[in-house]
Amino acid sequence: MTTRRSFLSLAGAGLALPWLPRPARAQAKAGRVIIIGGGFGGATAAHYLRRYDPQLEVTLVEPAANFVTCPFSNAVIGGLRDLASITHGYGGLERMGVRMARLAAEAVDPAGRTVRLAGGETLPYDRLILAPGIDIRWNGVEGYGPEAAERAPHAWKGGPQTALLRRQLEAMEDGGTVIIAVPASPFRCPPGPYERASLIAHFLKTSKAKSKILILDSNEEFSKQKLFMQAWEALYPGMIEWVPASQDGKVVRVDAASLTVETEFGTKHKAAVLNLIPPQTAGRIAVDSGLTNEAGWVPVTARTFEAAKAPGVHVVGDAAVASPMPKSAFCANAQAKVVAATVVAALRGLPAPEPSWANTCYSLLAPDYGISVAGVYRLEGDAVKAVEGAGGVSPLDAPPAFRREEAKFAVGWYQAITQDTFAG
Amino acid sequence: MPLRLATQVTGTFVALAALASWSVADAQDDAAALQTAVLAGSCANCHGTDGHSPGAIPSLAGKKEEDLLKALTAFKQGKAKVTVMTRLAKGYTDEQLAALAHYFATRE
Repeated sequence: MTTRRSFLSLAGAGLALPWLPRPARAQAKAGRVIIIGGGFGGATAAHYLRRYDPQLEVTLVEPAANFVTCPFSNAVIGGLRDLASITHGYGGLERMGVRMARLAAEAVDPAGRTVRLAGGETLPYDRLILAPGIDIRWNGVEGYGPEAAERAPHAWKGGPQTALLRRQLEAMEDGGTVIIAVPASPFRCPPGPYERASLIAHFLKTSKAKSKILILDSNEEFSKQKLFMQAWEALYPGMIEWVPASQDGKVVRVDAASLTVETEFGTKHKAAVLNLIPPQTAGRIAVDSGLTNEAGWVPVTARTFEAAKAPGVHVVGDAAVASPMPKSAFCANAQAKVVAATVVAALRGLPAPEPSWANTCYSLLAPDYGISVAGVYRLEGDAVKAVEGAGGVSPLDAPPAFRREEAKFAVGWYQAITQDTFAG
Repeated sequence: MPLRLATQVTGTFVALAALASWSVADAQDDAAALQTAVLAGSCANCHGTDGHSPGAIPSLAGKKEEDLLKALTAFKQGKAKVTVMTRLAKGYTDEQLAALAHYFATRE
């Protein structure tokens, strides 16, 4: 007859086996955890809460039947994939025992520990995890509202906007200019606009070679900049022009009807296809719950990712202020796992684990050309810090085989992270 | 696959619940195990949940512990010609790399 103790001792070397759920104990209640938002942060939290402690009652509040990822949506826009290939359901999580509440969350009451759903039902919780992603800051660029987005798609949330931008590119006449307007940092997926420019260029080069791409940027520099620019020179010479803020790249006004944008110093640019990536905030439930700062993001305590304004409410993913971690799917997933462990520890009366986070983001510049940025992060004092000497971007002088390898890994990365997030 | 494992293991433990009594030592084991799981969590994004990769990135589950540690150490020292792991491994202490090698070697 084996016992828990002797079983653990099989692991040897003083290390416990993988985390294994504690059997029911009289003195421990399992606990109810509600997660709002079924993207990378929320779905991962649901998955790992159930992995770490199958006795937890885990409810994922998400009105949408599927999640369309932003990662690899640029491949859809560039014509390398279809939308179905970046669409994920919640069946895997349900098989893990996650309860789905297919309604929008309307309000959070941190003091009473309840969440009110659309329709009025109120769910009680012991711990709440918010993973609301981003919302568009409408009129952050003058003239850019929901109607304008139907003419000049942002495509910064996966789904119909992604498909719309793809259709517009397919319909565009050869010789047109595609304008991509980039908001001031911070925004979701820092290298995203530049990967998008690359894959649109790949599409245009092969089917509308007289066309051009103009990136109007509200920033002075961007993620993996040297690598992108080197690749543009090699793969798409003369096709992509990048205008930083100091050279009047900041778009302040848009007329969606004429697909015209106006920059800070009054220059007007007319587009054949206008991809206006607008300024963003944390998802609405975080704003409505009063958790955000003036910039629209949620400050959190680094150790537990609890909202500074509502202890007990954990916030993960793009909505949270987690700098120097970027607003990436990988970081949302990584933060969610640490929070899941933190919540399990709290509900089980165990000491909070020491956080450890990482980031690895690939950008695809052509089907066989990938680059990456990586980082490892830890808690120092009460702040998230990048571990010195670790991380960084792909080497600038790498041979084509290296870029091919990273393109292959980019696809492998996508398969792994979506499996790890949606449990299947 | 990992799901089935988790379920089986859970079943075992629920069955054992009646036999085993909880102790402080168990809590320490749990805390340590949770800590290792947190560390290993960052690997799953690319290598798959518990190191079971569904794609082009190598699986880690069930590999020999010494091979895993050798590889991780070579990445950290910059001695292996790979793409991203040379950058990532430098972010971990030797003890953390040893814990990770053990963790993935013991995944089924």
